[in-house]
Amino acid sequence: MTPILEAQNLCYTYGTGTPFEKKAVQNVNFKIQQGEFIGVIGHTGSGKSTMIQMMNGLIRPTSGRVLLAGKDIWEEPKKIRAVRFRVGMVFQYPEDQLFEETVMQDISFGPRNMGLTDAEIEKRARDAAKFVGLQDELLDKSPFELSGGEKRRVAIAGVIAMDPDVLVLDEPTAGLDPAGRDVLLSEIVSYHEERGNTIMLVSHSMEDVARVADRVMVMNSSHLQMFDTTQAVFSQDKELESIGLQVPQITKIMSILKADGYPVHTCLTLEEAMEQLLPLLPRKGGTSE
Amino acid sequence: MEFIRTEDVHFTYDETHPEEPEKPLHDVLKGVTLSIDRGEFVALLGHNGSGKSTMAKMFNAMLIPAAGKVYVDGMDTADESRTYDIRRQVGMVQQNPDNQLVASIVEEDVAFGPENLGVEPVEIRRRVDEALKAVDMYEYRTCAPYKLSGGQKQRIAIAGILAMQTACIVLDEPTAMLDPRGRAEVMHTIQQLNREKGITIILITHYMDEAVQAGRVVVLDSGRILTQGTPREVFSQVGLLKTHKLDVPQATDLAFRLRGAGCPMPHCVLSIDECVSALEPLLAQKGAEA
Repeated sequence: MTPILEAQNLCYTYGTGTPFEKKAVQNVNFKIQQGEFIGVIGHTGSGKSTMIQMMNGLIRPTSGRVLLAGKDIWEEPKKIRAVRFRVGMVFQYPEDQLFEETVMQDISFGPRNMGLTDAEIEKRARDAAKFVGLQDELLDKSPFELSGGEKRRVAIAGVIAMDPDVLVLDEPTAGLDPAGRDVLLSEIVSYHEERGNTIMLVSHSMEDVARVADRVMVMNSSHLQMFDTTQAVFSQDKELESIGLQVPQITKIMSILKADGYPVHTCLTLEEAMEQLLPLLPRKGGTSE
Repeated sequence: MEFIRTEDVHFTYDETHPEEPEKPLHDVLKGVTLSIDRGEFVALLGHNGSGKSTMAKMFNAMLIPAAGKVYVDGMDTADESRTYDIRRQVGMVQQNPDNQLVASIVEEDVAFGPENLGVEPVEIRRRVDEALKAVDMYEYRTCAPYKLSGGQKQRIAIAGILAMQTACIVLDEPTAMLDPRGRAEVMHTIQQLNREKGITIILITHYMDEAVQAGRVVVLDSGRILTQGTPREVFSQVGLLKTHKLDVPQATDLAFRLRGAGCPMPHCVLSIDECVSALEPLLAQKGAEA
């Protein structure tokens, strides 16, 4: 199957030929299949933001290619706008980018630029609002009257309304409280399940990535250092720590127990850990089998 | 010795309910009474909307209580003639590192505060160097702030406050926008300033793993103090924290759930290491039985 997104020897250098020349992305290669949920991790300055901005042509690679469904996105530079409808990007703190008079108009901005009919625009905007849990009565309000979490949802809905094949989210939960984070993450997961499109989630929260991603990309000093299943990536706790990342606490606990010789294997969530540990622990009432 | 005291602080933002204009929509603080000693490290915890950021702004007279009083080193924050004296005592670091650096060179940014206070140039030079060393950013003194990482920028912001020689620093979610390494750097700096320089720290956060590093944790919920105490006293109330939409570290949560399932785990586990050292003897015990 042709991958939905493929990077071939992707490189990007900032300020070529100046004293500030900096190689931000070097020789990155990967293939992502339609419907995958990809987590992207890496510390600040690792090149992950530059890398994802090349996915929809916001930055043109210095060398190398980005293939969207098998086709080089820069083959016809004049048509790069069409690529941005197919690869939707939600930036960090997207609520700073709201500008329309009403929530509905703001969400409709993308689909309107795609040249859709009014009826289709309306339908898409309403569907998108529903996906991110925005109440109908909010749609006629000014986006500036909403709370931070609601504004964030409006911004995400605006990108979802374009129905992109690939949705790239840069730290969508940053600055939200634990409850808000869980809700938004669950909404993204159910959107993914229902639409079956591809998601790239950039996050500093290893717990979030562990919970939702099928595979994880690890960027480190401008290279793609690892790209493997979530389980495989997070079982390498020492390597991740050496490049300034962490594994989820629960994964760390289980990997210490394993290293100390106890019969457990690495896991990603609390539920998995409970399942493994309970049969191995003494419990009230002496439950020796 | 008491440094900050709040007495039954109330606060309401200027918004009214559309149907009931009499009833204010956002009663953010509903009577917070708190006493913070000089040299204490207090973590203020709460979910979004709990009133913790509003509370933070009370500590250096950025906001004045609608009812109740806030005293900083004996000065009433409602007394406008003392506002500058109060801000000389209590500095503030915000969430977004890009919103609080003003100069194009690191050391100029750190010098901004003392310059405004009219400090002698020689003394400014001394304070800037000392502050940059204290946050471990001295070697970056001639860099441009925009080239620094988020964690480094936050440490510059902290240095700017140190250079004013404030007795207390209030940090409002200083690590929310940082990666794990940046978070660790900032937390390390905060700890060091508290321990070695005796600076009073008030840390607003919703990361429990940061709050456990404090001497005292105060949990705010809907504008009131829900509970407070040492990190161990507060985090042993896992059920209470969860029902108030607060996050509990996975290590603490695991121990709590195992306990709930009948395993003899200790009451409060705060870290990965504590969790492992509680689990291993139990695993060994059961292993020996089998």
